[in-house]
Amino acid sequence: MDKLVQQLLILAFTGLAAGILGALLGLGGGIIITPVLTLLMGLPIQYAIGASVIAVIATSSGATIAYLKDDMLNLRVAMFLEIATTVGAILGAVVTGLVNSSVLYFLFGALLLFSVYNMIRKMLSKGEKVVSVNDDKYAQKLRLNGSYYDKATQEHVDYSVTNVPGGFAMMFGAGLASGLLGIGSGAFKVLAMDTIMKMPLKPSTATSNLMMGVTAAASATVYFFNGAIQPQIAAPLAMGILVGATIGSRIMQYLPTKVLRWIFIPVIGYMGLQMLLKGIGVNI
Amino acid sequence: MDQSTREETEKIELVIGKLLRVGVIISAAVILIGMAMFIISGHSGYTGSTHPTTPSAILSGVVALKPYAIIMLGLFLLILTPVLRVVVSIYAFFKEKDYLYTTITTVVLVILVIAMFIGYAG
Repeated sequence: MDKLVQQLLILAFTGLAAGILGALLGLGGGIIITPVLTLLMGLPIQYAIGASVIAVIATSSGATIAYLKDDMLNLRVAMFLEIATTVGAILGAVVTGLVNSSVLYFLFGALLLFSVYNMIRKMLSKGEKVVSVNDDKYAQKLRLNGSYYDKATQEHVDYSVTNVPGGFAMMFGAGLASGLLGIGSGAFKVLAMDTIMKMPLKPSTATSNLMMGVTAAASATVYFFNGAIQPQIAAPLAMGILVGATIGSRIMQYLPTKVLRWIFIPVIGYMGLQMLLKGIGVNI
Repeated sequence: MDQSTREETEKIELVIGKLLRVGVIISAAVILIGMAMFIISGHSGYTGSTHPTTPSAILSGVVALKPYAIIMLGLFLLILTPVLRVVVSIYAFFKEKDYLYTTITTVVLVILVIAMFIGYAG
């Protein structure tokens, strides 16, 4: 087969897999894309980063257009928290180089592993938590509480969020991480909503998918105009991802939340371990 | 929220959902056309592995039907789809008379535009 067509097909299928996983879990898909581009295809890291940014946007757009009406994603939570994320991302991009990235990798990695530990402990003790109803004053003032239709249980779920300042701070950290290191565009967002603000996992991943596209749009323009986005790499990747993400977001709606979390935990654990090890100078 | 506002809200959300879908489909179609032209002709329209990165170079390349220029145009449209999402959300919140979120979302758009401008400038 023609080498060009072969490369396009590899990229399209990589994108398909990354799009499905990304839309399922609210992640950017870098966990699949970066190793394929750098290790398998031997691409220089700046082109891999450029492709990853396009991948994040494609995942975001592909996943969110699957929901015609905004009941799975919480638009108010997204836009309110987006302020923290974008400001964090800009600040991160500005001060990058001033801070020791090894320390950051170690800290963010440790944070992910700690979250995984907490999640497993909670899963083993009482399974998927019952959606709590409380009256957090920020959540009420900002009208962040919402509802969604769970196609797995065929139930209409009303939920409320809590610890809004904590979630806002975590989102700022998520923005910093993506601005400083170009990583974790989705993982920290899902954790901010799911773990800190106690939002159910499904709307958390859907909302994360929406938010990461908005955050990535700014950095994408940097890479677009400095030439790091290569058309022959980004284009087939983006096409695969768009298809994958629309599939992934449909699967997500039908998966039981418990199953979704058991997929989420090892993926986040792997990411955390990878970052922690990178912090101490080991690349896996 | 009374019945008529709820219906109004759902109607707005449906229109927005379709609008965003069309935006993503257009950008995907442009990328696909560029890729098809690249595969069929075997030429990118540019020497070596270079590709156009400035708006003027991309536009003149698109007019000259150069595959890489068309792909770059499609990728740029894709980058703009999240921005479109923010813009139409401002409109939706305004129509719902949710002025708090009209303001919040406008702040997001302003931050985003500033960041994109910084990205373009350097």
